[in-house]
Amino acid sequence: MDPILLFFEYSMLGILSGGIYTLVALGFILIFKASGVFNFAMGEMMMAGTYAFYLFAVILGLHWVPSLALGIVACCGLAWLIERAVLRPMLGQPTIALVMVTFGVGFMLRGIATMAFGSEAHQLPEILPRDPFFLGSIFVPGKPARGFALAVAVCVSLILFFRYSRVGIALRATAADQITAYSMGIDVRRIFGVTWMAAAAAGTLAGVIAAAVTSLTPDLGSIALNVLAVVILGGLNSVGGVIVSGLFIGWLESVTGAYFGGMYRDITPYIAVLIMLMIRPHGLFGTKPVERI
Amino acid sequence: MRIGHFSHSYARDEAIVADRRGWTLVIVLAALVVAFPFVAPTYWLYLASLLAINVISTVGLNITTGYTGLLSLGHGAFMGVGAYTAGYLALQHGMPFYFTIPLAGVVAALTGAAFGLPSLRIRGLYLVIATLAAQFLLGFVFQNWTAVTGGLNGLKLPPAEFLGFRFDTDTRLFFLVVVPAAALTLFAANLFRTRVGRAFIAIRERDLTAEVLGVELVRYKLSSFALGAFYAGVAGGLMAYFFRIVTSEQYGLQVSVFFLAAVVVGGMGSIFGSILGALFMTILPEVLRAVVNIAAPFLPMKAALVLAPLRETVFGLLLVLFLIFSPRGIVEMWRRGRFALSVWPFRN
Repeated sequence: MDPILLFFEYSMLGILSGGIYTLVALGFILIFKASGVFNFAMGEMMMAGTYAFYLFAVILGLHWVPSLALGIVACCGLAWLIERAVLRPMLGQPTIALVMVTFGVGFMLRGIATMAFGSEAHQLPEILPRDPFFLGSIFVPGKPARGFALAVAVCVSLILFFRYSRVGIALRATAADQITAYSMGIDVRRIFGVTWMAAAAAGTLAGVIAAAVTSLTPDLGSIALNVLAVVILGGLNSVGGVIVSGLFIGWLESVTGAYFGGMYRDITPYIAVLIMLMIRPHGLFGTKPVERI
Repeated sequence: MRIGHFSHSYARDEAIVADRRGWTLVIVLAALVVAFPFVAPTYWLYLASLLAINVISTVGLNITTGYTGLLSLGHGAFMGVGAYTAGYLALQHGMPFYFTIPLAGVVAALTGAAFGLPSLRIRGLYLVIATLAAQFLLGFVFQNWTAVTGGLNGLKLPPAEFLGFRFDTDTRLFFLVVVPAAALTLFAANLFRTRVGRAFIAIRERDLTAEVLGVELVRYKLSSFALGAFYAGVAGGLMAYFFRIVTSEQYGLQVSVFFLAAVVVGGMGSIFGSILGALFMTILPEVLRAVVNIAAPFLPMKAALVLAPLRETVFGLLLVLFLIFSPRGIVEMWRRGRFALSVWPFRN
């Protein structure tokens, strides 16, 4: 086969899987921008939402559309609970405490999911058609392509929501300056809850797409660790940055996996992020914070 | 109630062991530690040795994270560097343990300083990710640099030996790990009475301010990383001789999180807190196993299946509860308890 064509095919595969990264990364960024919490439990929230979907769609045997809606609602409820019960009392604590508390929540979610559903892999119902198609002469596999389309649709609607809706504007105001937002009558605490729920919804969708392409295990959330690299690469406070870097990391992983062997695939995002931190410490699109002593 | 405890000089005020009572306590404790292996059952001895290793590593992470404020998620990998260094030198070059273990510390310290380089420009979450990247990169090296690390098979070590004396029984291993644990803990406790230790604390409080006041950030941040990694390396080297096997799974991300949890649960910025945190984290899995074994007949599924996820859940729950209700760790509870005792019965 033509090597250039092959390269394009690997690139295509990578960019398609990058769509999921972008979706999860958006969840990270949302919570971080609004409340300053870096949510290490994002992957586990994603996994929990996917198990909720699995519960409705397979165990209870509902159609996949209402199951997905119910799964998202369940995960939003969980996220609200986490925010209210765990993160709210931790307001104002140093970074290490916030990081550790989200790690703790992640461990709990993974432990509970393993106890409830077992550690074996589950198959989700066929929500994404499998049939591949050709783009010019590039072979495009069916499931990742439709998953990518879905991810793009969700990303776009989330961004539109934050640009134009009332809640979205309140959220951006909170992200810009909490005290000013509060004095303007925005209920900042409610905004925290809303961002956690929005992140949970994005996470659930990303989880369902990811698990539909492969399978569902309690370790589904571990891809969120790669997403951390995406978020840092894009810059912690830049929505546009994570979209670009999500696709970029997906592409890079696929291409290094194809040309250097699968074992290099897992560490590519971290090498990229280390190089970037040396050159531009605040991400490709992040802004350097100005500090006062 | 304790009375008549005054300090007439600064030297005495900041002394670690201030008076006769303190010295008595130290001597009694030392005697207990020496006597322990001759009276304790094997299983307890095993736990105590593991605890000593964990104390070394926790104290090291507390120097970097608790005292200097540089959050590190790569501590487990630094331990791995130490373990592999000790294993490699012992197996390929036949070096005795009293060379390999310090060298394990030195190599880990150099690695730590190298990955600490980003800390000069970045802070907070960016640093967390940089150290996370260090963790994964080193894990990758452990798995794939087969010539040194043995790849997926790992390394199998001979027992440590000193002039024909083999550290192969539990009692002997206990002394092998307790001596460096005591020495390194004492060193760390003394460190924070010196210029370097105070510089670390100044950096934690506000690094820009510290720089304005004349603390060289480059030097002290890197030495903090190196020192923390040195402790990790020594702990890893001891672990290699303790388990007599080194594999990459022993030093994954979960180990880094384990020690961060020990630091947070014990008390950040406290040496005694590190000991308490390591104690808590070492005993917790054993307590859970005992509880699950007792409850086993009443469980719907097999006890062995439920143990691992249950441990994860309880570990997460305790971490969350500790952070919410006692953010300063067990050491703060200890202080409060002591204070309550010291004013009894005159308060109220």
